[in-house]
Amino acid sequence: MVNFKQITVKDIAKEVKDNCLLGIPADYSGVPMSVTTEIIKNNTKGLRLYCLPLTTIQGDMLIGAGCVNEIETAAVTLGEYGQAPRFQDAIENSKIKIKDSTCPALHAQLQATEKSVPFMPLRGILGSDLYKNRNDWSVINNPISSKTNDEKIVILPAVQLDILIFHASKADVNGNVQIGRRRELATLAHASKKVYVTVEEIVDEDFFDCELKAAATLPSLYVDGISLSKNGAWPCGLTDYYEIDSNEMSKYAKSAKYQETFDEYMRNFISQNYYSNI
Amino acid sequence: MSEIFQSEIIISEITNLLKNDKHVAIGAASPIPGSAALLAQEERKNTNSKLQVTILHSQKFNNFTDGSRELFDASAQGRIDTFFLGGVQIDGEANINLVGTGTYPKLNKRFSGSFGSALMYFVVPKIILFREEHTPRTLVKKVDFISAPGTSPSNVFRPGGPKYLITNKALFSFNKKDKNFKIEKINPDFTLDEVIKSTGFEFKTNKNLKFFTMPSKKRIDILRDLIAPKVLNFYPQFAKKIWFN
Repeated sequence: MVNFKQITVKDIAKEVKDNCLLGIPADYSGVPMSVTTEIIKNNTKGLRLYCLPLTTIQGDMLIGAGCVNEIETAAVTLGEYGQAPRFQDAIENSKIKIKDSTCPALHAQLQATEKSVPFMPLRGILGSDLYKNRNDWSVINNPISSKTNDEKIVILPAVQLDILIFHASKADVNGNVQIGRRRELATLAHASKKVYVTVEEIVDEDFFDCELKAAATLPSLYVDGISLSKNGAWPCGLTDYYEIDSNEMSKYAKSAKYQETFDEYMRNFISQNYYSNI
Repeated sequence: MSEIFQSEIIISEITNLLKNDKHVAIGAASPIPGSAALLAQEERKNTNSKLQVTILHSQKFNNFTDGSRELFDASAQGRIDTFFLGGVQIDGEANINLVGTGTYPKLNKRFSGSFGSALMYFVVPKIILFREEHTPRTLVKKVDFISAPGTSPSNVFRPGGPKYLITNKALFSFNKKDKNFKIEKINPDFTLDEVIKSTGFEFKTNKNLKFFTMPSKKRIDILRDLIAPKVLNFYPQFAKKIWFN
């Protein structure tokens, strides 16, 4: 007995409008590949990706498919499968704009939005070329009493996402989502106007009946829609459910080297209909 | 004991650098530093100086429960003694570049990105730079892009920074006052002259220059019997290549 209206993967993909600022989870926190495939099928344009703090095949695919105008990230990489070829090509040929960042800055900008304050200070960064290339970042003198005179510190603007999509293991009957210790998903959700989640299963219980489960839960108050999507993170892995698919990742890494072979890979990828409950 | 692999010698050298640490953290794509940290931990078992190891890409060895920002928060608080960073390029003043080569932003060759380096390099007391490839294209006079600077002026909060650089050819220490590296140990397969030729920047030479130390049989046994199976869990490609082929 489910107490919320389930939607489909297609419904979620339709919420991703052209030019929106889309939150992207890291490779370890539930990559929403089934929705990503639908976004590509929809030929969505002008997306701005905000990665917390990096992206893997999801970002590379969206870039290769021509859906992306801009990316803010600390890294794009296929991990043990090498560099992200479509991302590299897009940067080397100025096809997309990049806001190069560093992991803690990507966290801090969302934390500012969580607290609804206009900016957040962060150590480090000074003297880097990251700072030089970021017009939206500033330096101030520490306004609170400081041991060293004239101490400089970087401030970063609050960033509000338009929409966040991630894949998780379970939702309960009341639409609460299990995120385990992947608390960065909560940070992303708190800082996003809309949040959609795909899950492996919907279980017949309420996570708030158990304190241990409640501590690992993103409450439904932050969630705008849930769809079942078995193997929805594939070929990425999902903690406690499945490992990354080495064969598919190697195949992707090879195919994505050139635009032509990437296009062919994507035609095949889409026509296979890997995902159920679309 | 069968033949000792080059990677095992580097793991052993890194293990020696972790002697007095309480907490070592291991970031993305770092199988050799990860193996070294677990080896150091194992060797210090049953002593009074336990070593905490956090490996981010492992479920079991990741000690954090507050999301991926906890690494950076814990580091800024001084709770991590040693962290490892690499680089597409590393220069003679220990500036590191993880972004790419050429003129930013339209680079000739783009690499993944700066990860957490722009904070970690400032706040972790002992940063060990690790780059296996030791050539004039990786160790350069001046990096094309500074992901994180090697040193900072006095009005910047900087309890941390580079202490060592280790490659497949040599181990260097870094002096932040003089802003330069000094070679401390050399791989016996190479001469000092060869190392100088394959390094794009000038460095000092320790008068008492040593060779990489061959790991003892006891250490190799621990590494192969106890550490390798753990590494297989979170760096499978690497572990298979070295130990399980």
